[in-house]
Amino acid sequence: MSKAVQLLVGTRKGAWIYRSDADRAAWRVQGPIFLGHIVNHLVLDPRDGKTLMMAAKTGHLGPTIYRSTDGGETWAEAARPPAFPRAEGDRARAVDHTFWLSPGHADEPGVWWAGTSPPGLFVSRDHGDTWEGVAGFNDHPMYWNWCPEDGGTPDGALLNQVVIDPREPAHMYIATSTGGVFETLDRGATWAPLNRNVRADFFPDPYPEYGQDAHYLALSPAAPDRLWQQNHCGIYRLDRPSDVWERIGEAMPPEIGDIGFTILAHPRDADTAWVLPMDGTEVWPRTSPGGRPAVYRTRDAGRTWERQDGGLPDDGQAWFTVKRQAFGADAQHPVGLYFGATNGEVWMSADEGETWRQIARHLPEIYSVVAAPL
Amino acid sequence: MSVPTIAVMVPSQLVAYTAGATRVAAAGATVAEVLEDLDRQFPGLKFRVIDEQDRVRRHMRVYVGPERVADLRRGVSAGEELLIFGALSGG
Repeated sequence: MSKAVQLLVGTRKGAWIYRSDADRAAWRVQGPIFLGHIVNHLVLDPRDGKTLMMAAKTGHLGPTIYRSTDGGETWAEAARPPAFPRAEGDRARAVDHTFWLSPGHADEPGVWWAGTSPPGLFVSRDHGDTWEGVAGFNDHPMYWNWCPEDGGTPDGALLNQVVIDPREPAHMYIATSTGGVFETLDRGATWAPLNRNVRADFFPDPYPEYGQDAHYLALSPAAPDRLWQQNHCGIYRLDRPSDVWERIGEAMPPEIGDIGFTILAHPRDADTAWVLPMDGTEVWPRTSPGGRPAVYRTRDAGRTWERQDGGLPDDGQAWFTVKRQAFGADAQHPVGLYFGATNGEVWMSADEGETWRQIARHLPEIYSVVAAPL
Repeated sequence: MSVPTIAVMVPSQLVAYTAGATRVAAAGATVAEVLEDLDRQFPGLKFRVIDEQDRVRRHMRVYVGPERVADLRRGVSAGEELLIFGALSGG
């Protein structure tokens, strides 16, 4: 198998694809692709190794989905992008943007899942050409409690992730910015909150059944019963079948804290994960703490954390942010890590976070970075 | 009564759908019907302008002649012109 990697980079102003040599040393760039389009996510289908799926809109135009099967040279637009059903009154929802795309289970070629803003779960069964809402969530009797209209991020409330159990396609998790994490055991027909012991310190009751802001959810490929969560209020781990999350971020250095947007699970080691902390103090700058970006790694399931900042800016004047889906890993030996920052820089580590180097800069604000085999 | 065919002005944001054309023709007795005909000719165009609740998207503008349209049920007549603009949408 080739050791080359492709990085799929979605930005506020278009997409770029970086392709490496076998040593992950030299990178060729393709792009801009759809210059000026807001690309929230660009994903490769691991089931065929060639289909690219892109969630896009522009400042003016409504949201859509583009697909490519020739490495991003040509693109076809979905015939029916994610859209809510017609409704009357002030609860008539319209998709503002698709935020997240997940290829379906390995046994279900052609199936894709999408999360939108305002929060909606959508599925395609025809390789992303037509999409329909998943009524089990979007029309759930609790929907407006789980996804209140005034919740969410500056870009709107999000259904920001769909995570599928690799052992069972009917078992899925979703993460939202307004209700936290939810689980289904029946392919989305019914859902239940999964937020016990996850803090929401912006409510009178800081441990509600739902209402948390789940920034990012990662399932450990090496142990699919293990979930990692970077929440608005800390870093958590959950080992199923338990439904009680443990705040493993308590072990982070207090001067760094455990606030961030993203968390990454090691592809082969169930006890290893990485986070990219940001400043969540006072007015929430959401920048690198102290102007010194660093990755923190745990290799013991969150009991301890170590700082990894070799090669990253160390002059105390680097103030970027790394957003939810802008941190990715390849599956090589050793694992390569990649993140894209709000200042348009892409950084990589070919040694599991020990040392970092910049491989792109001057891009627009980066929204997503996905590493995939080339 | 025959369905009128009217001229439609297409903004730069949408010329990827019209093979570069900024002026096209579409048929319909209402703005909604004209937009449906546009979408038949240029699949996908309408959803970029009008959301699934038949609302003109926030940063788009639709006019019939000098009159700004919010209700797509507005009738159109032969000789009128539908103008679509990309409005200000920030940086």
